[in-house]
Amino acid sequence: MKRVFPLLALLTAGLLGYALYQALVVAPTERTMGDVQRIFYYHVPSAWTAFLLFFINFLASVQFLVRTNETADRVASGVAIAIGVGACIAEFVIRPLPAGMHHGSIATTGLAVTALYFVIHKLFSEPSVDILAQVTAEVGVVFCTVVLVTGPLWARPVWGIWWTWDIRLTSTLVLWLIYVSYLLLRKFSTSGETPVLAAALAVFGALDVPLVYFSIWFFRTQHPQPVIGGGGSIDPRMMRVLMINWLAFLCFAFLVCWSRYRLERVQRDVEETQALEALLEPRSAVQ
Amino acid sequence: MNYLYAAYAVTWLIHISYLGTLVRRHNRLKREIAELKKD
Repeated sequence: MKRVFPLLALLTAGLLGYALYQALVVAPTERTMGDVQRIFYYHVPSAWTAFLLFFINFLASVQFLVRTNETADRVASGVAIAIGVGACIAEFVIRPLPAGMHHGSIATTGLAVTALYFVIHKLFSEPSVDILAQVTAEVGVVFCTVVLVTGPLWARPVWGIWWTWDIRLTSTLVLWLIYVSYLLLRKFSTSGETPVLAAALAVFGALDVPLVYFSIWFFRTQHPQPVIGGGGSIDPRMMRVLMINWLAFLCFAFLVCWSRYRLERVQRDVEETQALEALLEPRSAVQ
Repeated sequence: MNYLYAAYAVTWLIHISYLGTLVRRHNRLKREIAELKKD
């Protein structure tokens, strides 16, 4: 593992450099907005990465809550399977779909949810799944911060304002605040129940993710329409650059999560050892 | 164009700041491990 990490870090740095070159040089200039549209190549991949990380945080939190109870664990696994199956048969049940939605994308998303749930279940034990939840929330907040900063930097020259209390923007801000409060709870709460409280908060917090994502489908909003599905459209060359940038940010997020995960594991081991030492010290003093 | 460069610069500033906090935590942890070994 120690040898793989530097190699992956080098590859990711190369990919990020290539993605930057694609975004600044190769991507065509948008006709009405000009070069400022290129902010999109950082803003959108950061948003997608943040959503994915918050979603992993949700799955990890659910598993942390249910794994202590065998029946609850089985029910949650059943629900995960039902989501995958339900998404596949949605084609025959839901007709017509809201504008811009496709049966293929619903089935893919549903199956991805099921697959991700069982991958996490298989790879992470009970304490590790709590670490995974903490790490993905932290890195997700970093990416969400990028979204909230780059959005106004695009809006100022295009809309003429930095911010508006539109549903997409407001729900994203609320999402960021929920996960910041999650991290503050984990950092400052001294209760032994903190991981359980944090997991419960994460499960409810994750409900905001679909609201953010689908807000531009179902509500009238100032935010541009989605570029995949929905009412928006995009030049294929721009789409290629967007996907390269998303891949680069996904690799970067994976590496950051990996380092943070290893750090958190060691930190918990150290804290455990320090607690044991603190327990043993008074006894040795008495003896 | 300034807004574009500002957005890209801020993005990397945020990521590098976060990586900086990870490095700081890593160094603190190394010190704590060294102290535990000393004890």
